[in-house]
Amino acid sequence: MAMNGKSEELDASKLKVLEFDGIVVGGGGSGLMASLQLAQSGFKTAVVSKVFPTRSHTVSAQGGITCAIQSADPDDDWRWHMYDTVKGSDFIGDQDSIEYMCQEGPKAVFELEHMGLPFSRTEEGKIYQRAFGGQSKDYGKGGQAERTCAAADRTGHALLHTLYQANLKAGTNFLSEWFAVDLVKNGDNQVVGVIAFEIETGEPYFLKSKATVLATGGAGRIYQTTSNAMINTGDGTGMVLRAGFPVQDMEMWQFHPTGIYGHGTLVTEGCRGEGGYLVNKDGERFMERYAPNYKDLASRDVVARSMMLEILEGRGCGPDADHVYLKLDHLGPEIVHKRLPGITELSKTFAHVDPVEHPIPVVPTCHYAMGGIPTNVHGQVLTQATDGTDNVVHGLYAAGEAACVSVHGGNRLGGNSLLDLIVFGRSAGLHIENALKDGITLSKATNDDIDQALVNLNKVNISSTGEDVATVKAELQKNMQLNFGVFRTGDLMEKGLVELENIREKTQNIHLTDKSSRFNTARVEALELLNLIEVAQATAVSANERKESRGAHARDDFQERDDENWLKHSIYFADTKEVTKRDVNFRPKTVQAFQPIVRSY
Amino acid sequence: MDAIASKSISSINLSIYRYDPDSGKKPFMQDLSIDIPEGQDIMVLDLLNMAKEQDPSISFRRSCGEGVCGSDGMNINGKNGLGCITPLSEALKGNKIVLRPLPGLPVIKDLIVDMKQFVDQYKKIKPYLINDEEKPEREIKQTVEEREKLDGLYECIMCGCCSTACPSFWWNPDKFLGPAALLQAHRFISDSRDTATEERLDQLEDAFSVFKCHGIMNCVSVCPKGLNPTKAINEIKKKLVKRAL
Repeated sequence: MAMNGKSEELDASKLKVLEFDGIVVGGGGSGLMASLQLAQSGFKTAVVSKVFPTRSHTVSAQGGITCAIQSADPDDDWRWHMYDTVKGSDFIGDQDSIEYMCQEGPKAVFELEHMGLPFSRTEEGKIYQRAFGGQSKDYGKGGQAERTCAAADRTGHALLHTLYQANLKAGTNFLSEWFAVDLVKNGDNQVVGVIAFEIETGEPYFLKSKATVLATGGAGRIYQTTSNAMINTGDGTGMVLRAGFPVQDMEMWQFHPTGIYGHGTLVTEGCRGEGGYLVNKDGERFMERYAPNYKDLASRDVVARSMMLEILEGRGCGPDADHVYLKLDHLGPEIVHKRLPGITELSKTFAHVDPVEHPIPVVPTCHYAMGGIPTNVHGQVLTQATDGTDNVVHGLYAAGEAACVSVHGGNRLGGNSLLDLIVFGRSAGLHIENALKDGITLSKATNDDIDQALVNLNKVNISSTGEDVATVKAELQKNMQLNFGVFRTGDLMEKGLVELENIREKTQNIHLTDKSSRFNTARVEALELLNLIEVAQATAVSANERKESRGAHARDDFQERDDENWLKHSIYFADTKEVTKRDVNFRPKTVQAFQPIVRSY
Repeated sequence: MDAIASKSISSINLSIYRYDPDSGKKPFMQDLSIDIPEGQDIMVLDLLNMAKEQDPSISFRRSCGEGVCGSDGMNINGKNGLGCITPLSEALKGNKIVLRPLPGLPVIKDLIVDMKQFVDQYKKIKPYLINDEEKPEREIKQTVEEREKLDGLYECIMCGCCSTACPSFWWNPDKFLGPAALLQAHRFISDSRDTATEERLDQLEDAFSVFKCHGIMNCVSVCPKGLNPTKAINEIKKKLVKRAL
């Protein structure tokens, strides 16, 4: 029975049921890596994606996959990569996870190459690697490393298409253009599937599964200016919070230094890796002042803050002095066209400049959520008991940007997101595969359990008066941009929190005017707004609570890092709207832990 | 930017194709007048988003907003393109713009077409690397020159603009593979790491799959990524002919 204007409330008896061994919500890099692992092993696997998989936001990743594959440098070492990542995280990345990612990375990268990913090549025919921010040799002592494996400046596109193709070969079931609404949780707090509807028909389903992977990506659309696709609305995060499970480190949002001014579209850090640099209105290469050693290749939080300081102190470019320039024209057409062809296109389209001749106007743009759904290295979702111990949520996994396994901590290094999603998408798939082989028994969901997961959908469907979705969304985005941006301060955040409570009230009272069943994008956008508000509040509460400056979280009223109190993850539950702390892992298995030091570049 | 500013257009007449089969109504063109910000050259997708604020029932696909995901292929004033990277200054005729779904495919609703035929043709060419040799521990080596052969082929975003601009595809969407799928076929035929070239060519050797292309190059003129499917198709034809001699 499709949803339409005449439909009464949905309940468990009105849903069609489909059953799988494993379902993956989200068709980006991490989701397709997990589904590939399962489908290749012969398990009945479905990818539930609100867009056709190659439309997922992984496709926009430009620069590459950072990984010590020893192509550019035969002496490169995954431990150096680990050191950089721990330092980049401002020491709240979990060291067991970072160790796993850096060590397992090369295997995953070569697997992708064998699948056909069209990496750029070196003269010796090996995978091409370029320099990226925050990369060093010999634990920070050996100078800039070149560790980011690239397919020109279209690595995400090449990666996503390769994975989609491999999944076709493996026989994965694609439920393309299906929208997952909420998790179905049984009486034992286990997850046994999701409620979803086929967007084309409006037909609602209970998708039953022994294992559910949330690979729903980022939520940059909580901000006004973002590099994120319009689909990045934190759907998995919303689902987890509504199901009563927590999220971690949600205050940690990366603002990427080089968003195209006025639009937010990204130009890759690879521009600076290839020799580009930033200048202010005086033509000064200002990063030399802020990061004497790494200059324009300091980590992203450092570069974004330096840019904002230049602008705030009156040295910005343009009539309103509100951006800076990224200079590439000195590199010559050969490098720009060969290594950065996509950037040339984007720059011409959105900034109306040819980077071979003119610098690109840029400003920091919201780019990436370091925080997310807490997991262990196997992708198993964790919740926190009242005494502070970690508990595994049975049946539920998360991977990629939606998850927080925490390899990025307070700040992600460029090229580590693609590595994160291939390594942990794969490890979630492997864990589920083994669990399925051993036999998974979860107790059944009752009709009441299923009805619980239909509450939001029903609310939207039967609304007859109330707030306009687009208006409320715009208010939410403006509030986050103004009060929870690159620089934060207690007063503004308090104000922002009050405003967010009002906005939440409005989201609980939205009116879906178009109740039609067929490809109703208005219904999808209304449900996305209910996810955005969960992410925004988690971000706001956690940001206000973390009373220090660390990584991407920079407070004017607490300018120093406070290791004594805040060398911790923040954990946020939606029902209490309170933040607790969780220990950071300092127990890697094969190397000594890296202890916190002053972080300079 | 200048084109719009100099004409000082502040309001656009948008005519948009509307169809919801569940409504019982025939397809119709809806006319909307939309005020646009002055001095900015916004994209067609921005205009559509503004239209949707007036009438939330208007349906179209969109995601990345930067021409990489391939969601928003549509027919803009008679020419296929991506809404998100087509500036109004380029698309407008006077102050009018007409938006229709990609031609030739069944319409699900408004600007949203059913891509099944398109994807089915893509699947037919086995769009994945086939390599039955034992894999090395590291990467399979490929020279810079071998890798360059993939440039202009692997960048396809599957938006469907090319195949739905092709009369041969309109006539035989089930038997002619269409420019997008053939570009992909050539991508794998050209890959030095692929060991199934002969099988791939075998599969293409009939009167329809490739040879229904008559080289009118609509695909080339509409490709938003500047790719050249006709050239790829000609390369395949040459390989097939050479093999037969």
